[in-house]
Amino acid sequence: MSDASNAKKGFLGGLSEKLEGVNLRQNGIFLALLGLIIFFAATTPNAASITPTNWSNLVVQNGYILVLAIGMVMIIIAGHIDLSVGSLAAFIGAVAGVLVVRPLEQDGWDWLPALPWWAGILGAIAVGALVGVWQGYWVAYVGIPAFIVTLAGMLLFRGMALMTLQNSNIGPFPDEFRAIGNGFLDKENALGTAIGLPEQFNAWALIATALGILAIWFQAVRTRAGRIKYGQPTEPSFWFFGKNIALSTMVAYVGFQLSQANGIPYTLILLVFLIVIYTMVMNKTTFGRHIYAIGGNLHAAMLSGINVRRVNFWLFVNMGALAALSGVLIAARMNSAVPKAGDGFELDAISSVFIGGAAVQGGVGTVTGSMVGGLIQGVLGNGMNLLSVGIDAQMTIKGLVLLLAVAFDVWSKNRK
Amino acid sequence: MNNILEMRNITKTFPGVRALDNVSLEVKRGEIHAICGENGAGKSTLMKVLSGVYPHGTYEGDIFYEGEIQAFKNIRESEAKGIVIIHQELALSPHLSIAENIFLNNEITKRGLIDWNRTNQEAQKLMAKVGLREKPDTKVMEIGVGKQQLVEIAKALSKQVRLLILDEPTAALNDEDSSHLLDLLRQLRSQGISCIIISHKLNEIASIADKTTIIRDGKTIETLDMAGGKVDQERIIKGMVGREMENRYPAHTPTLGEEVFRVENWTVHHPEDKARVVVDNANLYVRRGEIVGLAGIMGAGRTELARSVFGHSWGSNISGKVFVNGKEVDVRTIRGAIDAGIAYATEDRKRFGLNLIDDIKRNISMASLKKFVKRGLVDDNEEFRVGSSYRESMNIKAPSVLSIVGKLSGGNQQKVVLSQWINTAPEILILDEPTRGIDVGAKYEIYLIIQRLVDEGKGVIVISSELPELLGICDRIYAISEGVITGEATRAEASPELLMKYMTKEKEKSNV
Repeated sequence: MSDASNAKKGFLGGLSEKLEGVNLRQNGIFLALLGLIIFFAATTPNAASITPTNWSNLVVQNGYILVLAIGMVMIIIAGHIDLSVGSLAAFIGAVAGVLVVRPLEQDGWDWLPALPWWAGILGAIAVGALVGVWQGYWVAYVGIPAFIVTLAGMLLFRGMALMTLQNSNIGPFPDEFRAIGNGFLDKENALGTAIGLPEQFNAWALIATALGILAIWFQAVRTRAGRIKYGQPTEPSFWFFGKNIALSTMVAYVGFQLSQANGIPYTLILLVFLIVIYTMVMNKTTFGRHIYAIGGNLHAAMLSGINVRRVNFWLFVNMGALAALSGVLIAARMNSAVPKAGDGFELDAISSVFIGGAAVQGGVGTVTGSMVGGLIQGVLGNGMNLLSVGIDAQMTIKGLVLLLAVAFDVWSKNRK
Repeated sequence: MNNILEMRNITKTFPGVRALDNVSLEVKRGEIHAICGENGAGKSTLMKVLSGVYPHGTYEGDIFYEGEIQAFKNIRESEAKGIVIIHQELALSPHLSIAENIFLNNEITKRGLIDWNRTNQEAQKLMAKVGLREKPDTKVMEIGVGKQQLVEIAKALSKQVRLLILDEPTAALNDEDSSHLLDLLRQLRSQGISCIIISHKLNEIASIADKTTIIRDGKTIETLDMAGGKVDQERIIKGMVGREMENRYPAHTPTLGEEVFRVENWTVHHPEDKARVVVDNANLYVRRGEIVGLAGIMGAGRTELARSVFGHSWGSNISGKVFVNGKEVDVRTIRGAIDAGIAYATEDRKRFGLNLIDDIKRNISMASLKKFVKRGLVDDNEEFRVGSSYRESMNIKAPSVLSIVGKLSGGNQQKVVLSQWINTAPEILILDEPTRGIDVGAKYEIYLIIQRLVDEGKGVIVISSELPELLGICDRIYAISEGVITGEATRAEASPELLMKYMTKEKEKSNV
């Protein structure tokens, strides 16, 4: 390319060339989240939005939505939708209540002994997966659109939650059970005391943060080295280092804040684990790649030998299990299984996925994007609460954010 | 003014393709004018220019209709002047009644509301005109294809049609319905309605048309006067295929090995209309190193045969046997067919072949993803390496294999499709219209790829609507007509005339 044409393209043109291979949409959404955090830090009284406790709240209050969003983004990439997850979470919360807490009297369940907390959780997740089998059967093997199947499921599971709970609540849960939704790793900071750390810092939180940052760099460098070895194009190095330094700084900052609150919430550990696993599933397993292929072009996927029915079936089983986990988190956090639990959460999960860059037509979307989408909603809600914005205005703003995020996608696609 | 229509020197180009090159057409008032040509010759494009689907300004040349120059911007404008086109795939709404369909987008209203009494009354009149004996409120989905065709014509009449264009009107009809339709066209002619008919059924054309214009490679070849029965099918065929064979096909000497693929007594029924036989007791075989052609007009059952063999991906009630390397294989699922060594590259790569929003390397690995799995995880570096090697060997023109497939040209997309299937390491590749919609240079490259494949000892079946292509690259050609394999010719025997004769051979009537 000649110098003249380079000059004509100017700074922005040159930059966009340099940024080739960089996913602007994905990074844009990340910057939007950052912007929101800064905005609320500046506007909330005494910067209440960035106090250690508030960071901690942000995680535990949004954990169950994020868990739902992980399953939801997979469903949406394949070109389906799941409207039943909120109701399913409520039903599973109820099941967990029955399994773990002393069962209700005169409800027909009294033959069942109360299970240990871990067995209750596993049982509840198994029931969730079974519900997924039910929905997956109708979608994949009977061929009823997921919208209909899960719309029916939305009523069905809410009804079953009510039946299971007989219009009352079950609780309280044992402490170990509650810890998943509400607990922190070494909240008493026994380790910190033992090694003589200043008492306002939680030792495990600092260790976990350090390990997290190490893991980020280890993975990033390893991937980049592999790509270079195979001659694959890579992000420009300024971008590679810039991005990972920014990410590490964020992690360090949040980790440092959490260490000054109660430490690392168990919910966060669970979430990080799920995000890592499911990102790998989506990018690196045949199952995940088949999901993208099905969403991208169903016919082509079929004709290349992908067993579309089986993939669709397992997608819903997986969603059922994740919705169950979400239900457990909700019950643990509220310390009680209630019939109204998870009301409308399916819509929050779906919004997270679309704000996170998934396409309505399917074939496009990422787990991390959906997490950022979920956090944008979470930060927005949390910030507006701190600013004492009324629920009416909150709903209006959240609706507009969803619409604009997707509109931005459509516009940028049309411009190409 | 004797001519109702004159199209003068129409030229229409698409990126990279000249679909119509200086085509002229004259249609007299009250005449049935047939247009003949091979698939892809430009017939439909010409009709789309006439009806305004391709608006004025997107083509060169002039359309004189009723003595005036016309500049249609859309179908509405051409219909307003009495030009109505009935497409091969009928444009009826199956859940609406006959009357509703006839007056769709042309509703009879009274004070802003639909006047149902008059709608049904008028519909009844039109239905009587076309000889359709049904109630006006019968749903279109409840009547057969033949009657649906009549509904389309009634709809055209309701728009005061003066020039009726029918694209393959009898392709989906049985003999009785066909002859009824042709009678109706004669009747309309006597009422002064002119008609352009596009058809592959040459015997019908010979019996009904007053004039026949032949189009080949986007050019008008000749207009034959059909009066007096001087022009027979052979004469039309000669006009359709009689082109000089240029050096468009790379020379190749085949090295034939033993039989690699065989289909025996293969019968397939339509997936919805389960009584309809679409492939009728087909038998064919392919040897290693052999390029075998499958010729047939559209709808003859070529693709249906291929897709039913490929994992029963089309059709119902399929019977027969498939052998690969002499061993019978189970092709009931696509995975099974692929594992047995069969690959099928679709005729419609955008709809059925590619994930257009994904990149080249992932499209190439799509049908063979298992090969890239290491310790349970897909190795994307390996995908990149394999994809890049195909990019080089197939000459896929893209900056890298990370380019999005939807942005490639047709020829390059086709090379991605071929790479995708070659990477499944098949014994036999069925290539359905492998050069459709791609330019001449890329076609040549595709031919070379096909020859390379057979030189490696694979068998290849090429399905194509272009006879010269089949004659140019195939070692042996089967012809299929109405689901029956009607003939077979080696490279030495094959000629356009012979194949066209096989391809238009009609089923022997066993009953009536």
